[in-house]
Amino acid sequence: MEFKTGTSPYLPVSNDLSRLMLKVILGLIPGALCLFLFFGWGVITNLLIATATAVASEAAMLRLRGKPVAPALGDYSAVLTGLLLGLALPPLAPWWIPFIGSAFAIVIAKQLYGGLGYNPFNPAMVGFVVLIISFPLQMTLWSPPSGVEGETLAFTDTLQLIFTGVVPAGSLLDSFTMATPLDTAKTQLGLNYTWSEIVNNPVYGSFAGHGWEWINLAYLAGGIWLWRRGAIHWQIPAGMLGGMFVISLLFYVADSDSFGSPIFHLFSGATMLGAFFIATDPVSAATTPRGRIYYGAGIGIIAYIIRTWGGYPDGVAFAVLLMNMAAPTLDYYTQPRVFGHEKE
Amino acid sequence: MVSILEQPLAIPGGLRLASNKSQSLRTPVRQARLPERLIVPLSQHIGVPAEALVKPGDKVLKGQLIGRSTDYISAPVHAPTSGTITDVGDYPVPHPSGLNASCVVIIADGEDRAADTGLKIDRVLEADPADIRQQVRAAGIVGLGGAGFPSAVKLNPGPDRQVELLVINGAECEPFISCDEALMCCCTQDVIDGIRIMQHALGAQQAVIGVEDNMPHAIDCLGESLEACGANDIRIVPVPSLYPAGGEKQLIYALTGEEVPSQGLPADLGIVCHNVGTAAAISRALINGEPLISRVVTVTGAGVAEPCNLEVRIGTPIADLIEDCGGYTEDIERLLMGGPMMGISLASDNVPVIKTTNCLLAASQADIAPPKAASACIRCGECAEVCPAQLLPQQLYWHAHARDFDTVQDYNLFDCIECGCCAQVCPSHIPLVQYYRFAKTEIWDQERERQSSDIARQRHEFRLDRLEREKKALEERRAKAKKALNKPKVGDADNKKAEIAAALERVKAKKAQQDANAKNIDGLSAEQQAKISEIDKRRAAQNTTTGE
Repeated sequence: MEFKTGTSPYLPVSNDLSRLMLKVILGLIPGALCLFLFFGWGVITNLLIATATAVASEAAMLRLRGKPVAPALGDYSAVLTGLLLGLALPPLAPWWIPFIGSAFAIVIAKQLYGGLGYNPFNPAMVGFVVLIISFPLQMTLWSPPSGVEGETLAFTDTLQLIFTGVVPAGSLLDSFTMATPLDTAKTQLGLNYTWSEIVNNPVYGSFAGHGWEWINLAYLAGGIWLWRRGAIHWQIPAGMLGGMFVISLLFYVADSDSFGSPIFHLFSGATMLGAFFIATDPVSAATTPRGRIYYGAGIGIIAYIIRTWGGYPDGVAFAVLLMNMAAPTLDYYTQPRVFGHEKE
Repeated sequence: MVSILEQPLAIPGGLRLASNKSQSLRTPVRQARLPERLIVPLSQHIGVPAEALVKPGDKVLKGQLIGRSTDYISAPVHAPTSGTITDVGDYPVPHPSGLNASCVVIIADGEDRAADTGLKIDRVLEADPADIRQQVRAAGIVGLGGAGFPSAVKLNPGPDRQVELLVINGAECEPFISCDEALMCCCTQDVIDGIRIMQHALGAQQAVIGVEDNMPHAIDCLGESLEACGANDIRIVPVPSLYPAGGEKQLIYALTGEEVPSQGLPADLGIVCHNVGTAAAISRALINGEPLISRVVTVTGAGVAEPCNLEVRIGTPIADLIEDCGGYTEDIERLLMGGPMMGISLASDNVPVIKTTNCLLAASQADIAPPKAASACIRCGECAEVCPAQLLPQQLYWHAHARDFDTVQDYNLFDCIECGCCAQVCPSHIPLVQYYRFAKTEIWDQERERQSSDIARQRHEFRLDRLEREKKALEERRAKAKKALNKPKVGDADNKKAEIAAALERVKAKKAQQDANAKNIDGLSAEQQAKISEIDKRRAAQNTTTGE
């Protein structure tokens, strides 16, 4: 009797790319839900526009490159890029903000480099950085989190604002927007307010920004779930949170009037989203266990530096891109000791 | 000094795989039917193939030598049963290349008459280790765990190495394979005797049998037998069941905590490792006088009707063996020799069972899966988590894929044991092991090419050197000759005159001689004178007549 041949191993493979991506998407749900609760319908439109654009750009680019479209879309990596970018955008940004960011992320940062697995930079963060450099004004259109005084927009008014730029009659755009806690802290520290005075600001919650502390806690919960399910390894989040904690603690201890507390930094802005969902993008991150710790720590430290002394309120996106560049070198110099080789 | 750990370690990396051994262990080991025709390959081991000693038409007895080993790293082969040789030639063999190889074909006479092999050693535990090695070699015993390395070589640690520990590998870690477990239960005494013989041959103080902790029955059998024969110094250590804990280096690590150096041997640590099957084969050869002509084979998988373990004669065609186990089921999809992680996939069942055939896996589609389409590596690092050699498979893949063979060696490609764990967890379904095999063969190829080009370059350089030397020698000779010609001569003009004078002198002398010679008309007789004058007259007359 004749048989087909093949090469070992032959057992069915248990892992799957699309299952991995779906897990990450599931892990995002608590954080996204929290973001929606505090910032309203704009969050949803951002997510929808960014995701739809990402998927459409991916399909168009794959077709242009003559690659099979269906399997690549089926791995959900484009969906994930769209979602990550959508979650990072201000909820009142005009519709073309998520559109441009997402298209840039997929077309330039991902597909032009060769598609999934070949992009040296995190596509969602490239999209974000392009937006924050090109459209700084639109990127500040954060509404006050619910529970903080200020006018809130109804569902239809939100859509109208996002898609037509028309503000409800009798109002000003400024009355619906509010600086984020990181932005507030930066401005006020610049005006020589002390940290203890800033904490009294209404934008400040129980231990970090109002609303933001909950959002970050939700991302933390989703991230821990991901880690427990084996979708991510602990080194990058631990490295990033550890790096940010240590450097912020040093400055806070040295001068607690001029620097934000470590807890404030850990639970503000994109820290938790970055630590568990963005920095852990394996394609553009370091891949050795030790390299991942350094990679994460680098992001935590650079993000803190940009937040504290840089020109932007948050620095996670820039920090991720900078460390993306360092990943190959980190990998080369942090190879684990191979079995049977000399112990160092 | 190596010592056995109280608590065995888990190997680095590794996978927990469904063991799938129970289906073939339901019944005890039985004798397989003796086939009518046996095909015995002359190369069933690592090293130089054996040389056939028989020709078609020869009658052979069971256990008779039919192929002798011609090298140190080689092993002889014996007739598995009595019968008639019908052919010595190329036949399909179970080898990944799928190529044919030299085999001896025997038609069994059914009598199974045994030859006197002379392998027995009386009081073997007092024998000279060299004699033991000689008989192990003569019995054609090779590592039965799968590699097929000649066992006698591994019983000879060399004069400058002290072996302290003999590790017996009973940790059959691959799914489906249960032949060692079955053997430990059915032939416990052979295994123990074999261990004693090897221990004696190696001068090893300690011996340990490493078994996986999911084989309680085998552990009990061994324990009872050791108790019964008072061999309490041989330890049985259950190691955590984790694929590939049965790899030689991995088992040694689990038992002793020591790592065999990269590119080194266990003997570097004072350890020698043999398979349980090898131990039993050595005992049968040296105590019962039976060379290696049969072995326990697991026939299993959902593609065969009656999975079981059988004692099979070497050379039995796999088709006969499957038939002996109730034939194929409808689910048969692929036929593997070995396990599903490292086995080879057979194109046909017309190949024979050889010394290293531990398992025949008649796999259904549920047992093994057809390969899925691979997508790009996302560097998730799952592969690095499970790699027992602690390599970075994702980096090896990246550089092998880019054909960057220098960097791939920087990442220690040659420490890869091709266990397949990485490919088994890859979410992108990349056939990683294939890439490593590809890179290894390319590097070997380049190495060979480099060596041959080195030789060619050397020859070229020598040639240039020789030509240069010859040219120099020629020039030297020329220069010498020229120098000789150009030697300045004294009184050149006088010389010439003298020469001319001498030449004139010579011409004169010659002429004078000629004149002298012409005077041969002196002293003539009267008769001669008359004749001459007559001729002269006639000439004159002729001249006048013609003148008119």
